[in-house]
Amino acid sequence: MSLKKKLHDFKVKNKDKKWLPAFSAIHTFLFLPDEVTHGGTHIKAADDLKRTMNTVIMAMVPCLIFGMFNAGYQHHIALGEIQAATAGFFSPEFWSMDNFFVGFWKILPLVIISYGVGLGIEFIFAIIKGHEVEEGYLVTGMLVPLIVPVDIPLWMLAVAVVFGVVIGKEVFGGTGMNILNPALTIRAFLFFAYPTWMSGDKVWVHGAVERDQAIAAGENLDAISGETILGTLAQGKEVAYSAADMFLGFIPGSVGETSVLLIVLGGLFLIFSKIGSWRIMLSSVLGAVVMGLIFNQVASAGIISESSKFYGLMSAPFWEHLLIGGFAFGTVFMATDPVTASQTTKGKWIYGFLVGFISILIRVFNPAYPEGVMLAILLMNVFAPTIDHYVVQGNVKQRMKRLKAKTA
Amino acid sequence: MEHIELFFKSIFIDNMVFATFLGMCSYLAVSKKVSTAVGLGAAVIFVLAITVPLNWLLDQYLLQPGALTWLGAEYADYDLSFLSFIMFIATIATMVQLVEIVVEKFSPSLYNSLGIFLPLIAVNCAILGGSLFMQSREIPTLGLATTYGIGSGIGWFLAILAIAAIREKIRYSNVPPALRGLGITFIITGLMAIGFMSFGGMLTGGDDEGAKEEKTAKIEDSKEDLEKVKDIANNIKVNE
Repeated sequence: MSLKKKLHDFKVKNKDKKWLPAFSAIHTFLFLPDEVTHGGTHIKAADDLKRTMNTVIMAMVPCLIFGMFNAGYQHHIALGEIQAATAGFFSPEFWSMDNFFVGFWKILPLVIISYGVGLGIEFIFAIIKGHEVEEGYLVTGMLVPLIVPVDIPLWMLAVAVVFGVVIGKEVFGGTGMNILNPALTIRAFLFFAYPTWMSGDKVWVHGAVERDQAIAAGENLDAISGETILGTLAQGKEVAYSAADMFLGFIPGSVGETSVLLIVLGGLFLIFSKIGSWRIMLSSVLGAVVMGLIFNQVASAGIISESSKFYGLMSAPFWEHLLIGGFAFGTVFMATDPVTASQTTKGKWIYGFLVGFISILIRVFNPAYPEGVMLAILLMNVFAPTIDHYVVQGNVKQRMKRLKAKTA
Repeated sequence: MEHIELFFKSIFIDNMVFATFLGMCSYLAVSKKVSTAVGLGAAVIFVLAITVPLNWLLDQYLLQPGALTWLGAEYADYDLSFLSFIMFIATIATMVQLVEIVVEKFSPSLYNSLGIFLPLIAVNCAILGGSLFMQSREIPTLGLATTYGIGSGIGWFLAILAIAAIREKIRYSNVPPALRGLGITFIITGLMAIGFMSFGGMLTGGDDEGAKEEKTAKIEDSKEDLEKVKDIANNIKVNE
């Protein structure tokens, strides 16, 4: 008797047990189950939910590894221990094992907590409700470590994950039913509940805040860089990073968001495997470009003065807005979430456009929240069903008209 | 410019539902279908656009301290602001009734779509809230008051439209039985408010520090009050 058969028999024997969903989750993760549908037609397809989720995770892994290197690199640069990388993408200063291990030991616990707590809740809910464990958390669990600051305390992350998974998803009935993207709910919860840990210019570099405090306390250390580009621009200062740095990702920022190059590659992979919607990605880039151009025009036409607090971000060239902050990451991995985005074709164009438009709007006009992408996506998640409703109604009306023309 | 700023502020930043949680009763009760939600939302815009400027006139020429000066110099120190609640609600109720009668007479089709909602919103706190905010925020002109009324109405309209669409979408969701109906609606409202927080602090930036100082001052005041109360309590105990 093969192991596969044994496992299947084990499942049949224990089919009334409460813990069975937990067992079968692990079982189906490793093996193809023996069950088949009884009677009637059925479709055989390779891309089940697990496969879909894994594809998204694969698209994110390069960002994660790059983020580990970058976390170490920014840490060392901030402390003045190494030189800035100058030799393009393959600079040896960047790809050193030293950098990698600093980042690895910072980020691995975040990944473990995120998956451990999140999947734990999924298992508990599956056992209580007696259904199969849903795979929806696989992607969320990967997104969360990529969008929080590296220095965030682990208990804080755990609390936020509990909130995001229970209130953001499970109360609606689990995967596929939620109205807000759970990863963004988690980040928004952290942002509004613990603002001192989430905002500020220096939280994004490991060790930068402590060093700043040490300097303020009178220790004789060199002042450090490590401010994000958005923070610098908002204060109207010169940005110390070149456009190439921004594109390749050698800049401070949250773990996954810095390297636009790798995000674009991940996005292409998602489009190629038909999992991400290219309509949403394209239209949100369009929306951001339109808003950026409007602001550029306003700034160059002299409508607002140079002393205005909005001037720095407004006059930044429109293409720079696409490279800095979390815009690329949010657009590719979070706005395209198939559950919370609009589901009609026309709705996707409107939804994406507004995500881009509003995220640049918030970024420029709202000094309290330098990163508008997260909030813009959450806001559009709220309005996605409304957009869908009207697109569908429009369609119904058109068909009614056609029907009338035919029968008349 | 002033008008545009106030308009967007009242729609997004000071949204009636998500920033102040006003008008919840009809917001929760009449948001099961998008079409009825649109009807109620339109009625709220309509009524706010009429009652806020009207109440502005009342406030300006009748209720404010010194508002009666136009009657003669001897009325200059009259302060009728304690009447504002009852005056505002009376205006709202009368206006709603009047509007309902007029609409029924001249546009039966509009009456059929709005009709049932008009008496309902006479008791909607968002409407009274609009007038009271107009008073407490000291909106300076009649034009701005109208803008404010229309803006807050549209904000409320957007909120009920969005939640109605969401409720239609989650109709087939497997929500835990205990939360079905109002429970899940409250949770959705909270989550939507997180989305709307993206606008919080916009346009006001820079004034925040002043507000903070005020708040700390208030807290200190209340601390002093607390100590006074404690003293009094101690005295009472001693006397006993």
